[in-house]
Amino acid sequence: MSTRLAKGGRLIDRTAAVEFTFNGKRLRGYQGDTLASALLANDQMLVGRSFKYHRPRGIVASGPEEPNALVNLGSGARLEPNQRTTVTELFDGLESTSQNHWPSLEFDVGVLNNYAARFLPSGFYYKTFIHPRPFWKHVFEPIIRRSAGLGKAPTTGDADRYEQAYAFCDVLIVGGGVAGLMAARAAAKGGGRVILLEQSPQLGGRSPVDETEVEGKPVEAWLDAVEAGLRAMDNVTIRTRTTGAGVYDHGYVLADERVADHTPGDGRPKHRLWRIRAGRIITATGAIERPLSFAGNDIPGVMLAGAVRDFVAGYAVSPGDRTVVVTNNDSAYLTALALKAAGLDVPAVLDARDDATGALPETARAAGIRVLTGRAIAKVKGGKRVTGVAICAQAGEGAVLEEIDCDAVAMSGGWSPVVHLYSHCGGKLLWDEAISAFVPDPSRPPLNHDGSAMVEVVGAAAGHLDLGSILAADVSAGVETKGRRKEDARKTVSTSVTIPPIWVMPQGAPIAMRSKMWLDYQNDVKVSDVQLAAREGYQSVEHTKRYTTLGMATDQGKLSNINGLAVLADALGQEIPQVGTTTFRPPYTPVTIGALAGESRGEIFQPLRRTPMHESHEKSGAYFEPVGLWRRPYCFPRAGETHEQAVHREVLNTRSNLGLLDASTLGKIIVKGPDAGKFLDMLYTGVMSTLPVGKCRYGLMCNEQGFLSDDGVVARIDEDTWLCHTTSGGADRIHAWMEDWLQCEWWDWQVYTANVTEQYAQVAVVGPNARKLLQVLGGMDVSRESLPFMQWADGTLGGFPVRVYRISFSGELSYEIAIPASRGAAFWAACMEAGKALGAMPYGTEALHVMRAEKGFIMIGDETDGTVIPQDLGLDWAISKKKTDYLGKRGQERSYLASTDRWKLAGFETLDGSVIPDGSYIVADGTNGNGQRNTQGRVTSTYYSPTLRRGIAMGLLRHGPTRMGEVVEFNTVSGGTVKARVRDAVFFDKDGEKQNV
Amino acid sequence: MLTLECPYCGVMADETELSPGYEAHLKRFGPGASPEEFEAYMFARKNPKGVHFERWRHTYGCGKWFLAARCTATLEVFGTYPAQVSAPPADIIAKIQARRPNWQPDWQPDGKAPE
Amino acid sequence: MSDPVSALGGARFTGFADIREIGPVGMITLRGKGLKAFDKAIKTAVGTKVPAQRRIEVAGDKACGWMSPDEYLLVMPYAEVPKALAAIALALAGQHHLAVDVSDARAVFRVEGEKAADVLRKLAPADLDLMAPGELRRTRAAQVAVAFWQQDGGFTVVCFRSVAGYVMGLLRHSAMQGSELA
Repeated sequence: MSTRLAKGGRLIDRTAAVEFTFNGKRLRGYQGDTLASALLANDQMLVGRSFKYHRPRGIVASGPEEPNALVNLGSGARLEPNQRTTVTELFDGLESTSQNHWPSLEFDVGVLNNYAARFLPSGFYYKTFIHPRPFWKHVFEPIIRRSAGLGKAPTTGDADRYEQAYAFCDVLIVGGGVAGLMAARAAAKGGGRVILLEQSPQLGGRSPVDETEVEGKPVEAWLDAVEAGLRAMDNVTIRTRTTGAGVYDHGYVLADERVADHTPGDGRPKHRLWRIRAGRIITATGAIERPLSFAGNDIPGVMLAGAVRDFVAGYAVSPGDRTVVVTNNDSAYLTALALKAAGLDVPAVLDARDDATGALPETARAAGIRVLTGRAIAKVKGGKRVTGVAICAQAGEGAVLEEIDCDAVAMSGGWSPVVHLYSHCGGKLLWDEAISAFVPDPSRPPLNHDGSAMVEVVGAAAGHLDLGSILAADVSAGVETKGRRKEDARKTVSTSVTIPPIWVMPQGAPIAMRSKMWLDYQNDVKVSDVQLAAREGYQSVEHTKRYTTLGMATDQGKLSNINGLAVLADALGQEIPQVGTTTFRPPYTPVTIGALAGESRGEIFQPLRRTPMHESHEKSGAYFEPVGLWRRPYCFPRAGETHEQAVHREVLNTRSNLGLLDASTLGKIIVKGPDAGKFLDMLYTGVMSTLPVGKCRYGLMCNEQGFLSDDGVVARIDEDTWLCHTTSGGADRIHAWMEDWLQCEWWDWQVYTANVTEQYAQVAVVGPNARKLLQVLGGMDVSRESLPFMQWADGTLGGFPVRVYRISFSGELSYEIAIPASRGAAFWAACMEAGKALGAMPYGTEALHVMRAEKGFIMIGDETDGTVIPQDLGLDWAISKKKTDYLGKRGQERSYLASTDRWKLAGFETLDGSVIPDGSYIVADGTNGNGQRNTQGRVTSTYYSPTLRRGIAMGLLRHGPTRMGEVVEFNTVSGGTVKARVRDAVFFDKDGEKQNV
Repeated sequence: MLTLECPYCGVMADETELSPGYEAHLKRFGPGASPEEFEAYMFARKNPKGVHFERWRHTYGCGKWFLAARCTATLEVFGTYPAQVSAPPADIIAKIQARRPNWQPDWQPDGKAPE
Repeated sequence: MSDPVSALGGARFTGFADIREIGPVGMITLRGKGLKAFDKAIKTAVGTKVPAQRRIEVAGDKACGWMSPDEYLLVMPYAEVPKALAAIALALAGQHHLAVDVSDARAVFRVEGEKAADVLRKLAPADLDLMAPGELRRTRAAQVAVAFWQQDGGFTVVCFRSVAGYVMGLLRHSAMQGSELA
C-alpha cells in the first residue's frame, strides 16, 4: 500500500494538517502536499479510468505530464474538470471526484470495453460506426457520449475572476531549475529586464531530489542563495506557479499564472494570463521521464521512477512497501537508493542493459540492492493494483524466469528534453543517439524580428541530462542581455549520460504482450495499435497520431509520443529522425478558458457603445438591438404590448403625430481643405464639390470593385468644409477608408478629416407635428421658407446650441437636430416634454426600417450585400455621368456589372397581403445543374406596413424595372411559394408631399 | 504576433495595435484601364515565400498607414517606412539585400513593374 | 439650458488604485503640418509649445499632446473651447488646417495611486517602463482605443465617450483589491 512515511518530506509542513475529500471521502494531508501526494498518503492509488477501455488508472507521474490522475476539482461555481492532481496544491476544504467512470470508480461498466479490446483496435470508430448511417446519431453516439468523455462540464458560471497583463523584458527565462537560475543570474548581471518563470511553487527543478551539491554548495543552500540574489535585483522578476504556455512570433510568450488556485475565494484573480514580449527567450524546461513498454505497464502502482523518488523525498509518501525498479539507464538507481534510505523494500532493480557499471548502479549494489542486468518485465500482475512482476530476459521473447511479489513498479525509459517551447515557433530538432532523444538543433532555431535566434535552450532541455554537463556548458556565456549572442559563445558539451534505445520490453515480445503494453495511458493506445496502423499503411507520424489517437489526450503525449514514434519507426523499418515528431503546438499544458478570456466577461465582454440618451431609453423600457457595437432601441414597448405591436404603434404615431428617434449613432465626418471638394467627388458617385454652402445632398460610396459600400447625406458647412454622414455601423470604416486614400494614394491633396460622430447627439424629430415641436422649443426659424428641405442651419432650440438638418428618411416632415453629446440627454428630455401635447412618442430602429421601406429608401446591408452596384438599385440619378473618375467607376464598367441582365430593384406586394419571408428567392422555370430550382431574384427588405395594412417588400429581380404588374413567385420556408405583384418600390406618398411641407 | 515599428510615432507596436492592409505599392487603375490592368490592380496579389512589402495601419496608435518589408517565411522584418512612396526606398532595399544577398527587386527604377 | 454632463457623471471606484471619471474636459483636435504660426496658434490656445513626437506639454489646466505627425490634442477647461478655436482660426487664417471641438466625443479618467501603472499594464500592450516623462501613449485598452499620459502622480486616460462605461468597467476590474501585479 502507499502511505505517509514517519519522517522527511521537504515540501510538506507536518504542523499544518489539511482536510480534503475524494469522492466524498474525508481525507487528510499537509500544507505543501499536492493532491496526488495526499491521495497516495491515504493509499488512494486508483484515481480514474482510461478513456476507451475504462481500465483502472493510478498516479504515474509527479508533475504536469501526468496523463492519468485527472479529477473534477471543486463544485458548483468552482467546478473544474480534468485537473491534474500532481500539480494541484492541496488546500483546506478541497473537494475532488474521479472522472470517466460509470457508475463508480471501483466498479465501472465501461470496463467491458476492456474485454472487447481486440474488437476495438486503432481506427475503431472510423471503421465501425459508418453503417447504417442513422445509427451513428441515434445509437452509437449517445452510448459513446455516455460512457466516454472526461470530466463534467460545469453547469453554472465561474465564481472566480481572471485577468491578463502585459510584460516586457530583455530576457525571458522559462524554467527555474539549476540551468534556468544560472541563466537568470547571468542575464541579470547585464542590467536588462529579466523575467524568470517557474511552473511549480518552488524553484530548483529536480535538483533538490536528484543532486547533493551545486558549485560546491549543498543544493538547498545554493538554491536559496541564488534565489535571494535574484530577488534582491530590481531588474529581475521571478514568477512561480507560472507556466510558459506558448512561444509565438517576435518574442511573444503567453504564460499562465495560477494566482489563487490554491487559495480559492480569497478575492484574488484565479489566474492571470501574461502576454510577454521578450527580446530573447531562454528555455530551461528540463526533461520528462519516459515510461517503458512492458505488458501491464498501465496497472495502478506502475509509476515513473523519478516520480517515485519525488513523492518519497518531497512529500514523505511511499507509493508502495515493495517497489521493483525497471530501467534502461542509471537515473532510476536514485529511486532505488531513495526507497532504501526511507526504509522501504526494493526487491530488485531490473536493468535492460547487459551491464550496469556506472557509479549509481555500483552504489546500489553496495547498499545491498539486488541488481539484475539484461532483464525485463514480462508481465505486471494485478488489477486495480500491482501485486507482482514476472521477470524475463530483455533479449528474448518473454519466457518467465522468476516472479517477484511487489506493490509498486518504478520505471525509467530515459528522459525526453522538453523542447515544446523551442519548437512552437519553428525551432528544429536533432536526434541525439547517445540519449535516444530529440534535442534542439542550435543551428536552426526559431527566428526573431531581426533574424537572430529567438529561443535558446539550456540545461536538460538541451539534452544535458546531468548536472555536470549543465555546469560545464556554462550557460552564463553570452547571456548578457543586450545585443546578439555570439554564435560561438556557447560551449559544445555532451552529457555523460547515455540512454540506449529500448522501446519494447522484452525485445521479441509476442503480440499477446504487445497488446498489453500501453503507450498512451489516457487514450488507451498500445504498442500493438501503432504497429497495426503501420501495417494498414500509415506512414506519416501525423496521420498515425490521428488514426490511433496517440498523444491526442489532454497530456498531448508528453509521456507517449517518443515511445510511440519509436515503435512506428521500427514497424516501418525506418530511423526515428526520418519518421520525425508530430508538431508541438501551444499551449504546453492546458490553459483554462477563463484565463484566455481574461477580463472579457459579463458587462465588459465586449465594448458596448452607448449614446448620450441610452440611460433615458433604458428607463423608458426600450428593447435594444445591436448595431455594430452600438446598442440602439429597437422599439419602446408599453405595458402589455408585443414588440410587433409597439413597432406598429410607433410607425402610425410618427406618420400621424410626432416621432422622436435617437439618431446619435449616425456617422459624422468632417472633411476640410482646399482639395476637399475634389476628394469627395472621387469618394462619392455624385458630385459634392458643387454643393452650395448651407445645403445637403444624398451620396453613395462604392469600393473599387464598384459595389455599393455606404450612403448618407453630405452637408456643405463652409467654403472648404463638408460634413459627411455615414451609416451607423459605417463611421469608423468610412473614416479609415478616407484616410487610406488620403495617406496612400493622394497624399499631395490638401485635405484633413476628423471623425466627429461622438461629439454630437442627434435627434430626428419626425411627423406632421415636427415643426410645431421645434417652434414650441423656440429659438430659431424653422419655417418652410427659411429652412427648406435638404438644407441645414445653426441656431438654438430651447436654449440648446443646435445644428438642424432638414432631411428625411421616413417621408415625413423631418428635422435631424445635432446637439453636443454632453447635452444630448437633456435635449431629448426637453423634446419629450415639449412634445407631450403634440403626441410625441419615441420610436426605434424597426419603425425606422418600416417607414423607409414604405418610402422605397434603400438600406445599406439590406439592399446591399457587397455584390450590388448602385445601378442595380435604380440609383443612377445619384451617379455623375460627367465625372471622368470616382472610386468604383472602373469596376462598374466590367461587362458582368454593366450587363442589362442583372437583378434590379423593384417593389413587391403579395396578392394575399401576407409578408414575404426574409431571405426568399424569386423562383424561375426549370432547374439548374444541381437539380435546384432556378431563381430570378430575391427579397431584400420585407415588412408588414401598418400604414398600408399589408405586407410590402423590396427585392432584386432580373429586368425588374421593366416588369411592372407581372406576378412572380417567392419561395417560402415550408417549401411552397407566395405570389406577389411587381411594382414600384415606393409604396407611400410617391410625390413626397408629406415631407415637403 | 508581430511587432512592427511605426515610422511615424516611433512606437514598437504590438500587432494588436495594427490593422493589416495587404500588398504595398499597388498602382491604381481607374476608368480607361484595360481589363488586364484592372485585374492586376484589383485581384492579382503577390504571395511570395520570402521578401514581401505590405501595408499596415497603426489603427490604435497614430492612425497612419505605413509600409513594411518583411520575410513571409521567417517573419524577419527588414524595415518599415512611410506610405507616401511608390516604391521601396533605397535604404530599405539595402537592408533587405544585406540579409538576403540573392534577392532582387522585381520592379524597375521608375517604379513600374517589369513587363 | 442644462449644463454639459460627462459620460458617466463622475463615476468613481477605489481598489488598489483610485479611478475617477472627470470632465467634461475641453478638447480640440488640431490638424496641420509645417504651418507658419502653428506654434503661435498653440501658444495662444493652450499656452504651451508644440510638443515633440509622442509628447504632451502641460501648462496648468491646459495641455497640448502629439497625436500623429499632423494631429494635436489640445486640452483645456470645457468653457474655454470657443475662445481657443477662435484664437486658432485667427492665427492660422488662410492656411490649410482643421480645428474641431471634440470635448463631447471623449471621456476622461484619472487613475491614481502608487500602483496606478499596474491597472494599465493589464489593459494595454504598451511598455510602461519605457514611457518617458511627458510621453503621451496612444494604444488600446482591451478592445478600444485610448490615449494616456502621466500627470500629477497618476495617469490621465482618454477614450471615446460611447465606450466610457466599458472603459470604466475595465479600469474597475483591473484595479480590484488583491490583484496588484508586484
